[in-house]
Order: sequence, then C-alpha cells, then structure tokens
Amino acid sequence: MDHFPTNWGRPRNELHDQYNTYPIHQRPSQPKDVFGEGVQRTQQPIVTGTSVLAIKFKDGIMMAADNLASYGSLARFKDIQRLHPVGTSTIIGASGDMSDFQYLQHTLDELMVDEFTNGDGHELGPAEVHEYLSRVMYGRRSKLNPLWNSLLVGGLQDGKPFLAYVDLLGTTYSASSIATGYGSYIAIPILRAAVDNKENTLTEEDARKLLHECMRVLYYRDARSLDKYQIGIVTSAGVSVSDAIKLETNWDFAEGIRGYGAQTQ
Amino acid sequence: MPDTAHEQPQQRQFYPYTENGGTILAIAGADFTVIAGDTRQSEGYSIQTRYAPKVFRLTERAVLAVNGFAADGNMFVKKVKQRLEWYRHAHAKEMPLRAIARLIQTMLYAQRFFPYYVNNILGGIEEDGSGAVYSFDPVGSYEREACRAAGAASSLVQPFLDNQIYFKNQTPAPGTPHPTYLPLPDVLAIVIDSFTSATERHIEVGDGLEMYVVLAKGRSIEELADVAGVQELTTRADGDRMFVIQRELKKD
Repeated sequence: MDHFPTNWGRPRNELHDQYNTYPIHQRPSQPKDVFGEGVQRTQQPIVTGTSVLAIKFKDGIMMAADNLASYGSLARFKDIQRLHPVGTSTIIGASGDMSDFQYLQHTLDELMVDEFTNGDGHELGPAEVHEYLSRVMYGRRSKLNPLWNSLLVGGLQDGKPFLAYVDLLGTTYSASSIATGYGSYIAIPILRAAVDNKENTLTEEDARKLLHECMRVLYYRDARSLDKYQIGIVTSAGVSVSDAIKLETNWDFAEGIRGYGAQTQ
Repeated sequence: MPDTAHEQPQQRQFYPYTENGGTILAIAGADFTVIAGDTRQSEGYSIQTRYAPKVFRLTERAVLAVNGFAADGNMFVKKVKQRLEWYRHAHAKEMPLRAIARLIQTMLYAQRFFPYYVNNILGGIEEDGSGAVYSFDPVGSYEREACRAAGAASSLVQPFLDNQIYFKNQTPAPGTPHPTYLPLPDVLAIVIDSFTSATERHIEVGDGLEMYVVLAKGRSIEELADVAGVQELTTRADGDRMFVIQRELKKD
C-alpha cells in the first residue's frame, strides 16, 4: 500500500476534462534508476583468497593467511595481505572476495576514526568489531546483495582472548580454533587436537609452530594456496602482523605416485 | 557441438539461507516448564562450534528456544528481546507469556515473504501459575501444547514424547488412569534421554545439553537440589524461579 496521497494520481474529473483529454494518471511508483539494469550484485566471488586459520593461546590469539589472491584457478596476485589490524586489540582475516574485503577494510578504518573522534577514551574491541561486521554481513545478505567473505575476528577483549567467525550469510560462532574454506576440513582437526582444553597453556612459540605446520599441510593439498603467508598476533603487547614467511616443501614423493598424472605407467 | 551458451542465461542465484542443525525441546508440567537444546552448531558435515546456545532467557518467567538458520535465529531473539525491553519501559512490568507468544507470531508473520528460517519454542509460566509451551512454525502459526520437539532430530524425539508425555499407544492398568502431568524429575529424565538418544542417531546433535527449568512462584525446589550442574538464574526472590542445567553430550 502506498500511503502517500501525492502518489495516488488524479481520478478522471469530467468538470475539468470534458473530453477526456487528460490521460489516466500513471502512478509514479518507484523512482526509476536509468542505470538500474546495469547495476550488478555480487553473485559470485571474482578475485578470491583461500583459508584463514586462527587459534587462541595463553597470551591472546594468533591468525594465519597466505598472500595469494586467485582469479579462478589463476594465481593472480601473490603479494596480497589478508590480515588486517583494526584498532589496538583486534585483527581480522578474510577469505572469499578480495574486493569486498577491501571495502570492509575501508569501512572499518572509517569506523575506528569516527569512534576516535568522539574523544571519550574508549576504543572498539574485537567483540564490538565482530558484532558490527555480523550486522553488516547479515544486513547485506538480507538485501540479497552479500559481501562474499568468510571472516575471522580475533583479539583481546577485557584481557581475555576472543575469536569469532562471520560469513556472507551472517552466520556467526566462536570457538578456540576456527578456520575458513579448505582449512575447515584440513586444518581444523589438527588445530582442535592441539588447542582444545590447552588454550591457557599453549605458548606463543608452540602456537606459531602449529599454524606453520597447518599452513604447510594446506599448501600441499589446497590448489588455491601459496607457500608464502603471514601471521597476525594480538597479545597485551598489542597487534602485529609478521613479514611474509616462506614454507619449505618437498615434492620428491610425487615421483613415486603411480596411477594418475603425467606418467603412463 | 553447437554452442548453446547464449540460449539460456547462466545464473546461479545467491541463496540466503542455510541449516545449522541441532535440536530443541520443551515440556510443560503443572507448575513448571523445561526448555532444552543441544549446543552444537554445524553446517553440512562440519561442526562449527561445540558451544552455541539455542535457548535464551527472555524474562524472569519466559524462555525461548530457536532452531534452524542460526543467523536468523540470533537476529530474531535479539529483536524479541528488544521488543520486551520496550514493553518494560512502557508498562513497568514484564510481558506475560501468552502476550509474548502472540508478539512472536506477529513478528514472524511480518516476515511472511522473506521468512526467518527458524522453528521457535517458547516455554515458561503463565499468569495463572501453570507451566506452558508454545510452538511456532517459521511464518508464525502457533499453538499452546504440553510438549514439543523441533529441529534436526525432531522426527526422532517427537514420537518418543508422544508416547512418554501424551501416553499414546499405552494402555493404563485398570483403575489407574494416566497422570495429566508428570513430576519434574520424570520430565528431566525424559529430556536427558531424548537428547542422548538423538545424539546417538543424528549426526547434527551432540556436544552439550542446556536445560532451562522455570518453576512457578512458591513451588518447592527440592527436586532440583541434588541435580548435578544446576545454576540458579532467578533475579527476584518473590517471583517465579529459573534454573539452568548443563550436561555433556557425546562429541563424535
């Protein structure tokens, strides 16, 4: 129902329009966007990032993502950072569409500036950033115009490690180890075995080794991954994202594989 | 081979829903209600987390269990809680259970053409002090019942409740009619058995069990005294009392 009388149009009035020259009013229902048909919604991701891994450890949280942004099966951009610090106690990691992620980076940076200019001495922590992101993601999916990402949000909230997930549907959850994409099949079993019930004893060094090993396993199995990755850490000392780390791999075993591949016998 | 690519535009529509598994259940007694849910959240064959609550305290005498698409469920609970807060500010009292039930039906039906993909079960104590369960479908159809199971394993649990609560297919011994209401310890035992059984047979059910117990004002809490893992949530000493019981379920 259109409640605005000005939009109802005029009925025919024989007094004013004896010969019915006045056309029956067309209701100006929606303002027409002349480029409307050219407007596209994200129906599929284009340039994509693969898995992100994250765990809690005794001093905070640690996150890992490789530096590749793929264009389908083409390894298109090999020096892309997929970990993004937000404020002084939060880090987000993104898989999925990289342009949607860059849009979110700008939105979040703007948000943090807005909050800073309040000058009240408060800063958004990971719980608030996660809530904000989940509202944005759920709002966009409800408009059938999603931001095509799976995001991990980690950090220190009131001195306690915080780790949570949100994706293009607005689905959220938190756990002591989370992974997106292929990582949720390949890395999660390894991470859960090492982290569950040991969140308060796992050292930074062990956490680093664990993620390194998972990134190596993923590089062996995930065809959209790269042997170059970064680690993000949030502790009481603050947020830091490491320089690129190289994975050492040994493919000699491939020679011994028989039954498929290039060789004929 | 002729190129047929142009004949039909290829488009994969974005599908805004998913299923996140799990099961919820509520049983009303004469002067109490038990509302329970498992705590696993999954998508497909993956367990996302072993602890994501599906049962939420709304007021001091009302509890809502939400199951289906988790994102919709969380948003729906958030909106119901907000409406209840506005009601408190406007009327300086808690909304009665049957009014909450009608509110939920209205809120669900408002989304008739883009529904919340969730099954709701509302449990608590009515104004007359009786235990009550209201169950809803995703677009708001609702009724008051004595018990209801919903979610992934509802087809396993509901028939069990029909037999154990409604005494379907049971013949009473001559001269001893079936009781109208079961006592609290029996109900708790049925709830726990329902979830352990559902965990055995349904892959999306497990990890943890969270049971909310709402007791009518003045009722004895003796039966809860020796139950393991009880925690009291009551805020007002002279009103109805609320408890939550947490149990482990198998994690495989």
